[in-house]
Amino acid sequence: MAELTVKNLEKKASTISLRRKPRWGETIIQGLLFFSGFFSIFITLGIVYELGKEALLFFQMPGVDLLATLTTTEWKPHVNKFGIWPLLTSTLMTTLIAMAIAIPLGMGVAVYLSEYAIPKVRSTLKPILEILAGIPTIVYGYFALTFMTPLLREIFGKDVVQIYNTGSAGLVMGILILPLISSMTEDALSAVPRSLREAAYAMGATKLEVALQIVVPAALSGIAAAIIVGISRAVGETMIVAVAAGAGPNFTFSPFIGAETITGHIVRISGGDLSYDSIDYNSIFALGLFLFIITLVLNIISQAIVRRFREVYE
Amino acid sequence: MKEIAIVQGFENNLDSRNRKGIIWHVLFQASTIVGIIALIALMLNVIDSAFGYVAYEARMDPDSLTVDGIPVEDQSKDQLVALLQSTLSSGAYNKLDNETLFVDRSREEVFQLVVERIIRPKIVQVWKFWPSLTRSDEIRATVTREYPKAELDFVSWLTYDFVTRPQTSEPLTAGVRTAVLGSLWTILFTILLAFPLGVGAAIYLEEYASENWFNRIIQTNINNLAGVPSIVYGILGLAIFVRALERFTSGKMFGIVNLTSENGRTVLSAGLTLGLLVLPIIIINAQEAIRAVPRSLRNASFGVGATKWQTVWSHMLPNALPGILTGTILAISRAIGETAPLVVVGASTAISFDPSSPFSKFTTLPIQIYQWTSRPQEEFRSLAAASILVLLVLLLSLNASAVLLRNRFSRRF
Amino acid sequence: MALNNNFDQKYIIETRNLDIYYGSFKAVAGVNMRVERNAITAIIGPSGCGKSTLLRAFNRMNELYADTSIEGEVTFSGQDIYARDVDPVEVRYRIGMVFQKPNPFPKSIYENIAWTARIHGYKGNMDELVENSLRQAALWDEVKDKLKQSGLSLSGGQQQRLCIARALSIKPEVILMDEPASALDPIATLKIEELMQDLKQNYTIVIVTHNMQQAARASDYTAMMMLTNGESRSGTVIEFDETNIIFTRPKDKRTEDYVTGRFG
Ligand SMILES: Nc1ncnc2c1ncn2[C@@H]1O[C@H](COP(=O)(O)OP(=O)(O)OP(=O)(O)O)[C@@H](O)[C@H]1O
Ligand SMILES: [Mg+2]
Repeated sequence: MAELTVKNLEKKASTISLRRKPRWGETIIQGLLFFSGFFSIFITLGIVYELGKEALLFFQMPGVDLLATLTTTEWKPHVNKFGIWPLLTSTLMTTLIAMAIAIPLGMGVAVYLSEYAIPKVRSTLKPILEILAGIPTIVYGYFALTFMTPLLREIFGKDVVQIYNTGSAGLVMGILILPLISSMTEDALSAVPRSLREAAYAMGATKLEVALQIVVPAALSGIAAAIIVGISRAVGETMIVAVAAGAGPNFTFSPFIGAETITGHIVRISGGDLSYDSIDYNSIFALGLFLFIITLVLNIISQAIVRRFREVYE
Repeated sequence: MKEIAIVQGFENNLDSRNRKGIIWHVLFQASTIVGIIALIALMLNVIDSAFGYVAYEARMDPDSLTVDGIPVEDQSKDQLVALLQSTLSSGAYNKLDNETLFVDRSREEVFQLVVERIIRPKIVQVWKFWPSLTRSDEIRATVTREYPKAELDFVSWLTYDFVTRPQTSEPLTAGVRTAVLGSLWTILFTILLAFPLGVGAAIYLEEYASENWFNRIIQTNINNLAGVPSIVYGILGLAIFVRALERFTSGKMFGIVNLTSENGRTVLSAGLTLGLLVLPIIIINAQEAIRAVPRSLRNASFGVGATKWQTVWSHMLPNALPGILTGTILAISRAIGETAPLVVVGASTAISFDPSSPFSKFTTLPIQIYQWTSRPQEEFRSLAAASILVLLVLLLSLNASAVLLRNRFSRRF
Repeated sequence: MALNNNFDQKYIIETRNLDIYYGSFKAVAGVNMRVERNAITAIIGPSGCGKSTLLRAFNRMNELYADTSIEGEVTFSGQDIYARDVDPVEVRYRIGMVFQKPNPFPKSIYENIAWTARIHGYKGNMDELVENSLRQAALWDEVKDKLKQSGLSLSGGQQQRLCIARALSIKPEVILMDEPASALDPIATLKIEELMQDLKQNYTIVIVTHNMQQAARASDYTAMMMLTNGESRSGTVIEFDETNIIFTRPKDKRTEDYVTGRFG
């Protein structure tokens, strides 16, 4: 055994070479890994290309015109009216209502968990909020239609609140987005260095003063990012509005009246067997592209804010 | 001391500060409680619809089926088969016999057929769980007054049979087997696409990619894709998998002629669409898991002359795997709950046969919930509630396994 | 807090049999110490012997760490600061603290001071207060033209003096300093030491330091802390006396070893 080893060593020494050897296995694997990494670029290109192409076809169809789409307030495909405003206002309505719920509550939860709750309470509450975040949105849709809407109709009167309405969809969407905002905000709050809190406490600040006047301002950009991500999520949220907000575009600002959002419209239109190259088919691509651009811009802004925020503390 | 403070221009304001502190503390706590109440309300609302009284009328009076004084529910299997044979048209009877021979069916199954095909109960009214508990006398009175021929039963919409029965249009006999199988088939292709690509991309970004503009673009792109609304993926799937790759996704390319679906709206298309949707999430989670493996381990491996891939394969991956799997499971549970993209890709509304190949038409559990929720009748809401419970149990067990996995392996370093 | 005249006016903080716990771990045991008014008291001792822990117990900063508790008594001007009806906010208003690492708020230089005064209901002329505080901290001349700049834009030594100015703005009676100069260069350190001598006129200072010369130069009294040799490994004050006695003829052999550098 020992002899063998010595022999091997001798052999090795006599042919020693430090030159780079081709390692085909390594190269192939590296190529595959690179492909996996690059694949995500294909997805983005696919989205931009497919949505862009069909959206272009949409605007080339007879009777469709970009200017009219952006300026008129009727979306009636069967009579060739494609004004995006009714879809846009209801998307805005649901988003606004959702954020009116999710921002204050989400911030409240985050401040409570990060500044007030003792560790034991925090470690029980956080999983509960995670459950809330993990429930599929169709279940929230069911909740909106069978719980929130009857509740609203009970409160405001059955003749005021329609069976489908943006209010109930927006409120439930707020509950859906609450855990998203609270967990991102909490991350931002707990990234504020402990020494800052100590400084404030040592100056005789109360817990509230430390939380609201020192910690929250220091985490402001992280909180802003959380809010923007929340908005982007609300704009793209689909099943709640598809179930509860109403079928049929409707140019209204009343939260008690049914009105279809962009996403709700896409779902309803594609629910049947959509035939290729029909005007409906092309219109969902145009709407999809519109959604993609809005959410992309929002996400990019939020990431830029987060990056700057990190630089401050790292 | 107070006197000194006032001289200095400071006011003793501690009481009001503390009062304010308490008010806000209550507000913060209340926000948290609101969140928890919402969760409880959501669960109770589902449970409320999933159980309760049902009043139904038989289209054919079971009493008229009594033979020799034996009521139909006590008859033997042979008697029931004879009953089916004499009542159904011979075509319908033979079709049933062809599906599964009557000799191979159990008595329970045959009895089920008798109920479905001959007695055919029709729901006249349903009540939710809470009223069923608190106002049962009133409900009984209503039924005897308004539907004198109706039976009143307390039913659980969620039963073992509900999970194992195929979908039908009759609420009392509908089940979610078709939808559950559809979900599982779909997820299979989601995993096949997203897991290898996702883990590969994460390894590339964490271990191979150098810090340059190109790799930064890849990383930024992945982060952005994670924020794209799911419905946009549905539209992409419609354009790419359903339409452009129709020959592949419908199975024509492989010479498979599927009677049920001649277009690309198949399980395969749905799975691949969801695969694209969860890919960025899997990548981000896997990156985190890989980053958690200490640098020193890699250095140790490089230090004994291992190549990069040897290091990744035998040191980094085994240690990162629990984390990667946990992240993947969480991404998969997101995919299982997705509805919107599948509606766009073209989930079928009413199919009652189980998916049997990648090229089958499909429905999934969330789609089924969506459809039933959209029906105005109360009984379909109850079916939706029962399927929500099935879906939540499925997701809960997935999440539980992720947590177990994490706890089991997390104390490595 | 009501005034209480049954105490020796000479001493502002006193501890009696003070034990401090982190959970069940007794970090500091049996400290009996009297901090003289308008003097500088230094706390020295090897790393990990509980100096910071003891210092934080003087203004109830320990409570901000999970699961801490004390036994025994700490009095401030004769009152038990751990009594049930005492508000820690009130305690910290009168006993300020400066930390090892400068920690200005991420606000302007001006706001760092103004915010602190404002939360305590300061109604006087704010500009004046800011200027006075910065002058007392010997920082005014360096920052008077850039008061609107972020406190984080200053150098480390300037940041630390800003933190001192901030602490001074609410006119506490005691200032606790936990190694205030350890993150600073010798010149900045010297500035802080000179500053302490000025502040002595109006304030009581308790300072934790690892720097023997600093303790010898700057303080009037010195407390020597050391881990006890028992099983519990708690820290305690083994000798407390006038600084020149501690450094020239200590009674305890361990003190002598430590101050002459023969320790460990
Ligand atoms: N937050 C904490 N939780 C638990 N134990 C702690 C905590 N802070 C300090 N300790 C422990 O209490 C003991 C005393 O720590 P302390 O920080 O008071 O020492 P020190 O004398 O200030 O040391 P140094 O000179 O290094 O600052 C140490 O054993 C330390 O591990
Ligand atoms: Mg210390």
